[in-house]
Amino acid sequence: MLDRPQRPLSTPAWAAERDSMTGDGDLDRARRFRDAALPHLDDVFTFAHYLMRNVADAEDAVQECYLRALRHFDSYHGPAMKPWLLAILRNVCNSEFARRATQPTPSECDEGEQPANELPLWQEPQPSPEAELLRRRDDEAIRRLVAALPQPFRETVVLRDINNLSYREIADVAGVPVGTVMSRLARARSMLRAAWNVEEGSTT
Amino acid sequence: MNCAESEVLIHALIDGELDAGNTAAVETHVAACPACAAKLTAFRAMHQAMAEASLKKAASAHLRRRIDAALPAQPPRVAGWLTSQLTSWLTSWRTFLGGLTIGTALSAAVAASLVVAVVHNDQDRRTADEVVSAHVRSLQAGHLTDVQTSDQHTVKPWFNGKLDVAPPVVDLTAQGFTLIGGRLDYIDGEAAGSIVYRRRNHVINLFVARHLDAEHGGVKVETMHGFNVRHWTQGGLAFWAVSDINPDELEEFGQKFTTALQPPSGHS
Repeated sequence: MLDRPQRPLSTPAWAAERDSMTGDGDLDRARRFRDAALPHLDDVFTFAHYLMRNVADAEDAVQECYLRALRHFDSYHGPAMKPWLLAILRNVCNSEFARRATQPTPSECDEGEQPANELPLWQEPQPSPEAELLRRRDDEAIRRLVAALPQPFRETVVLRDINNLSYREIADVAGVPVGTVMSRLARARSMLRAAWNVEEGSTT
Repeated sequence: MNCAESEVLIHALIDGELDAGNTAAVETHVAACPACAAKLTAFRAMHQAMAEASLKKAASAHLRRRIDAALPAQPPRVAGWLTSQLTSWLTSWRTFLGGLTIGTALSAAVAASLVVAVVHNDQDRRTADEVVSAHVRSLQAGHLTDVQTSDQHTVKPWFNGKLDVAPPVVDLTAQGFTLIGGRLDYIDGEAAGSIVYRRRNHVINLFVARHLDAEHGGVKVETMHGFNVRHWTQGGLAFWAVSDINPDELEEFGQKFTTALQPPSGHS
């Protein structure tokens, strides 16, 4: 038979020592934060990726978001964790864009924030069996079209259609009235639909 | 209701955000206005397509570990206390350096190097902890191997399609380590391959995966919970050998495996 060392895998001795040194309150708080915040990591990263438009910057922003959220966890009183995290993430990204804007090398900054009028989104949709065309969607193509939307329309459509926030929650995250969310969403989807039709037209 | 209002409200209708009164108003308008009706149909289809597409980006395992390590006090963690102390020190250091934003390029670079220096040991210890637990589970559950054979050419293809890497399987019977099979395991919440060897009555689990962080690169042998763990990287893969054989024998196993894996250089 196999030799099976029977030592327990977790020894409470060190845990008790650690708790006495760190304080149960801090540990409990950190544990509660993990339980509440970590399940939303994919949502936070998704939003970060659509805002920052590359993985490395998105990951930096997400890490900063979680550290910031932990620091402010005491002042968090709900109702929902996801919009709260997304609002912090949005602030982190905006701080980063602001910082880049004040730097003498604006190369990346330009890529991050394109004015709406530079994108070929004005074309009127062609009368076509759109429903049929849309069914042959390509996930990557949709992601690309969403990522190409100018701000603040991009964040509105990402928060609604990808992060599944309610209008009220989007308004809280973006710090604007619900009416603004509605008009931005209408504009964002019109741009998306136009770009979508252009895409379908060019590939069919 | 006019078309300008309808063009905004059809989206709220699609999203289920309209109250009964406005829903009725939009529907009345759309019923009488072919242009708005066409838009509603098109946007509904687009909404449906987006709902069915996978537009979310999953956070990488690397990011998960980064965040996990940056947050204090993961309870069942041997190095948890140390990490929380270092993290709080690091946080204040970052505050000092970077004003709590992503920071200047300098502070970000400095902070990143600090994080790397602090996190590595801890991450390795956690992974060591995980592989030791997986080793113990494999012995206790009567589930040592999924594919039981001493033929390396059977074990290797068995992993096909089960992992995102092809774990190299070498036969070390001549060197005193008998190949007894392979098993699919989970380390850090992700699939990892385990190649199982036997030395006398002792089992060696050799865990192989790409995600089992091995950023420090070199060979490392440590003892944890009474087991010996030898960790190394080779060919872009991380290897963790776990056994209750003595450290010298485990070291010998690691060296023999590494040598067997290397492409032959000349005649021997």
